[in-house]
Amino acid sequence: MRSNQVAVVGAAETTELGIIPNVSQLQLHADAALNAIADAGLKLSDIDGFATAVETPQQVCHYLGIKPTWVDGTSVGGCSFMLHVRHAAAALEAGLCKTVLITHAESGKSMIGKAPRSIPADSLQGQFEAPFGVYGPPSMFPIPVLRFMKTYGITHEQLAAVAVVQREWAAKNPRAMMKDPITVADVLNSRMIAYPFRLLQCCLVTDGGGALILTSADRARDFPRKPVYIMGTGESVETPMVSQMETFNSSRAFKTAGPLAFREAGIAHKDVDHLMIYDAFAHLPLFGLGDLGFMPHEETGKFIADGNTRPGAKLPLNTNGGGLSYMHSGMYGMYALQESVRQMRGIAPAQVPNAKISVCHGVGGMFAASGTIVFTNER
Amino acid sequence: MAEPQRARPKPTPETQHFWDGTKAGELRLQRCDACAHVYFPPRPFCPSCASRKVSIFKASGKGFLYSYVINHRPAAPGFTPPYAIAVVELDEGPRMMSNIIDCPQTPKALELDMKLEVAFEALDDKITLPVFRPAKG
Repeated sequence: MRSNQVAVVGAAETTELGIIPNVSQLQLHADAALNAIADAGLKLSDIDGFATAVETPQQVCHYLGIKPTWVDGTSVGGCSFMLHVRHAAAALEAGLCKTVLITHAESGKSMIGKAPRSIPADSLQGQFEAPFGVYGPPSMFPIPVLRFMKTYGITHEQLAAVAVVQREWAAKNPRAMMKDPITVADVLNSRMIAYPFRLLQCCLVTDGGGALILTSADRARDFPRKPVYIMGTGESVETPMVSQMETFNSSRAFKTAGPLAFREAGIAHKDVDHLMIYDAFAHLPLFGLGDLGFMPHEETGKFIADGNTRPGAKLPLNTNGGGLSYMHSGMYGMYALQESVRQMRGIAPAQVPNAKISVCHGVGGMFAASGTIVFTNER
Repeated sequence: MAEPQRARPKPTPETQHFWDGTKAGELRLQRCDACAHVYFPPRPFCPSCASRKVSIFKASGKGFLYSYVINHRPAAPGFTPPYAIAVVELDEGPRMMSNIIDCPQTPKALELDMKLEVAFEALDDKITLPVFRPAKG
């Protein structure tokens, strides 16, 4: 795919974020979509391409009254929306549609109109993981952490610092769920969830949604907002079973998707002004910094603990507060994308001055999938 | 009301030999006849070279502790927290998720790289799970 041929021209989250007990998951899709349509100055009838995850495209398109000529229902977990952006950019370039709407919504906390996730007993996960007591992401996602720590000499304090630094960013975001400052000691004294991780190293569980609108870069100039161009993209999947990852020292999906996006964008790591790494749990930014090639894995813990990703430092990371402090409905990737777009528009609550390139890296499942998008505000 | 039960695997035609093995007190893996790759979970072809000529064999049951969590909350039905969910690397190469028995479920007792050996825990008259204990000697 060629760089900067497609742009984001509409972006919005749901009107409310957090705990929304009076709105169903399907209506959260609609709320995010209507906000994004208004942001782009469009009508729903202008949308001819549509993508979403978990809910089917037909469900959301019918509810919104959209009649698409291109749809994508890729559903690989929380990074599905990065993959939607990549697929939409290809579809727009190929002329399959002109204006794409991507929606995410999840009643992750209130569970209104949301089917519970279940693992069939005759699936491979049901046969070879579920019987050993895994029960939701907190019991599965941290399984690689102890091996990663031993291999690279990462400390518990460094993994606690991830949550501390992200809380500093969250304090600058009025819409963040958790804004009170915390210390490494607070993290290490919070309730144990799944050793080695404690409560403050695990993502929030909230309700919300978000939507993006993409069109060709040539058309993007006619829209009210500053266009944010898709400079590079990458995607991959590895395995739905965390126990079957090739190694616990890195993520193969990260190592495929990230470098693809950097190559396509034609950028080096020093060009990155702003970085989002999907943080369902505190180890994700360390895996991400290493697997995306910012530094060797053994340096990642010290890099964050030394304050290099905090407000005002050289590599602003997870500037909305992340899944640990901003919000996490279950599939956080859309909120990471929203923050990258805000940073590239120059309107983020914790704006990085003069940021021109933003890298947004997502994970799906427990290292099962990955998608990376490089954004820029210059063409 | 009955106590909530531990998740019970339901074999498929491709995995039946594994569960027949655990019931008979054997940990069964598969090896490719063409490229000698040993793999898990079960499937009737080699995920490395795509050959359909593969053999089932009895593994040594020996391995080491590759990584784990000690789950506190929420606990899965049928489990009393805290309990370790482990990934064991077998001497033949593949890794599998399991539980560690005959060992305190603490970070001190559960040392990465400790040698383990397989044991078998019957869930009912059809399903026996492979679990691991610290290797003797």
